[in-house]
Amino acid sequence: MTATAAPTTAANTTATPTMATSAKPLLSVRGLQKFFPITDGGFFRKTIGQVRAVDDVSFDVVEGETLGLVGESGCGKTTTSRCILRAMEPTAGRIEFRRKDDTIVDLATLTREQLRPLRAEIQMIFQDPFGSLNPRMTLFDNVGEPLLVNGMKNRAERMDRVAELLKLVGLRAEFMHRFPHAFSGGQRQRIGIARALSTNPRLVVADEPVSALDVSVQAQVLNLLLELQQRLGLTFLFVAHDLSVVRHLSDRVAVMYVGQIVELAVTHTLFTRPLHPYTAALMRAVPVPDPRVAIGEVTLKGEVPSPANPPKGCYFHPRCAFAQDRCRQEAPALREPVPGHFVRCHFAEQLDLATQAAG
Amino acid sequence: MTAMVKQIATEPLLSVRDLHVDFGLDEGLVRAVDGVSFDVMPGRVLGIVGESGCGKSVTMRAILQLVDEPGRITRGEIVYRRDAGDGLGSAGVDLTKLPRHGAAMRAIRGAEIALIPQEPMAAFSPVHTVGAQIVEAIRLHHRQWRPEGGGLSVNDARDIVVDLFRDVGISMPEQRVDAYSWQLSGGLRQRAMIAMALSCKPRLLVADEPTTAIDVTTQAQVLALLRELQRKHGTAIIFITHDLGVIAQMANDVVVMYLGRVVEQGPVDGIFHAAKHPYTRALLRSIPSISGATRVALPTISGTLPHPFNRPGGCPYHPRCDEKIGTVCASHVPHLTQLGNGQAASCFLHQDASETA
Repeated sequence: MTATAAPTTAANTTATPTMATSAKPLLSVRGLQKFFPITDGGFFRKTIGQVRAVDDVSFDVVEGETLGLVGESGCGKTTTSRCILRAMEPTAGRIEFRRKDDTIVDLATLTREQLRPLRAEIQMIFQDPFGSLNPRMTLFDNVGEPLLVNGMKNRAERMDRVAELLKLVGLRAEFMHRFPHAFSGGQRQRIGIARALSTNPRLVVADEPVSALDVSVQAQVLNLLLELQQRLGLTFLFVAHDLSVVRHLSDRVAVMYVGQIVELAVTHTLFTRPLHPYTAALMRAVPVPDPRVAIGEVTLKGEVPSPANPPKGCYFHPRCAFAQDRCRQEAPALREPVPGHFVRCHFAEQLDLATQAAG
Repeated sequence: MTAMVKQIATEPLLSVRDLHVDFGLDEGLVRAVDGVSFDVMPGRVLGIVGESGCGKSVTMRAILQLVDEPGRITRGEIVYRRDAGDGLGSAGVDLTKLPRHGAAMRAIRGAEIALIPQEPMAAFSPVHTVGAQIVEAIRLHHRQWRPEGGGLSVNDARDIVVDLFRDVGISMPEQRVDAYSWQLSGGLRQRAMIAMALSCKPRLLVADEPTTAIDVTTQAQVLALLRELQRKHGTAIIFITHDLGVIAQMANDVVVMYLGRVVEQGPVDGIFHAAKHPYTRALLRSIPSISGATRVALPTISGTLPHPFNRPGGCPYHPRCDEKIGTVCASHVPHLTQLGNGQAASCFLHQDASETA
């Protein structure tokens, strides 16, 4: 895919102030690919195929905004976020990150040594608040370790900073001498957020940060993320499968399907006027918490194809109600039929999906 | 607590009355279920909703007599009305009185009351084919298929499984019967699990978060399947979930639980549109909707869930409640009070405090 088809600027949309104030992308992902080899299981582990987990993904994250990355299991949203953090080595593509001094670096090509100073600027909030904290370390050690690694050797100084961080996420500073087991899931997620913020990051990648939490706790953590973003001017890449949560938090949303972005638009537009049949079907599948809303008919039949063996043409055509011959033959490119609204569908302009999505 | 009985003039299939389940741990006693009562009517879907630790899963395990040590049913009864099968009407049996490994309980569990567990990956054995596991269940409960007795051969049972797989929408059922659970996708695995639960023609199906581990489009398919099967066979379902959206779309009646107690119950429309208990209202407000305002603070429930060893006195919800009344809520325990239209809430806003003992 070419750079012209990628969302490069937010100038055409005025949906959110965070986008209007800064048109400069903090992160530009271009043509990102991550393939996993399938081996034959023999002694020499001969490669017999490839899982195209992320296949030609391009998007921008503008400074101060939240970009939601949504899709079902296996769509490549987590792999994409892992590649950006270089927790995985991308197969191809560029991951351009604009540093504090406005220089642009390609995260995909840096060595581990070169990456180290950037680690403080890009941080991660994990899904599982039980697995992501070291149970043998106190909160002081858990939250303070990134500070130590980044050169804050003075213990008293670290204590002050950890106390400040705990207060920032709504916990008491005295808690820093306790161990993680003393805290509930919601509190642990706050601790994880405090640790992610310890190095004053500019980009925070949050992979399903609320999906392990109960509804009432989820609301508290979502509010905290919004508040911290406003106070600290953070930029979020928010990866989740829950559409209502993604909708609530994101300025713009990218929908992924079988390793590709199929649609990307400003949140309100995406949810009211989706252009891709998959996006519309996905929204219709969400059960509405109101018994008076009639149950939508299940329009998506079958299952998500395997990224090891995706169908020919458009990856969505076997499940698409509007599929035509062209869809079975020719893979659609990500296009921009409306400024700021990207879609990977041959017939996006001709489909009437808005009424479907509403019903 | 007899609300649903009044509404429909038939006898409930299952009546839970004043159920208490305690876990005696070294650190103290946990009252996981603390006086729960509800009815399941034949052919209706009862949704049980609540957050982690509210006791919904323990209640479900108590119904199936599957509460693990050190958990114990300490009080209350679970009356299940068996189908006598001889036209003499139904006879009630208190499941809590049956020995959990005894013949009577084993004849009910799995056959008359079946379970759809949350994790189909963990529920199926990975070393036997899914077909073999369902065949085993069918042959064990052969009386459900051959009331006259005589047992079922493996081949007969296998034919039943193929038919069941077709019923639950598994394509190529003849081949899928011989698949291992790890060869199936999440959606197929959950369909196979539903086939297994239905394999002995249960009268009551207990579904414990059956769609929590699967994707939203697959969830829509599985929910549609459950609705269709429920209509077709008239099976009663207890549907346990934390997802209010799923409850709204699936349940006829709803029980809302908090800290081992029923705080509110009633028909689904009343729960979602005229909730009486502050906890139910707060829970409904705290979910981000698919059509509301975005990027604004959501109303939350203040505080956190109390630790199970440290239960608050009085109404268990009062420390977090926005509408608590003076000293009443902290010192008295409210009872489930009928409020009309089949709805009942356990809250002093709707009950005179002098009524309490």
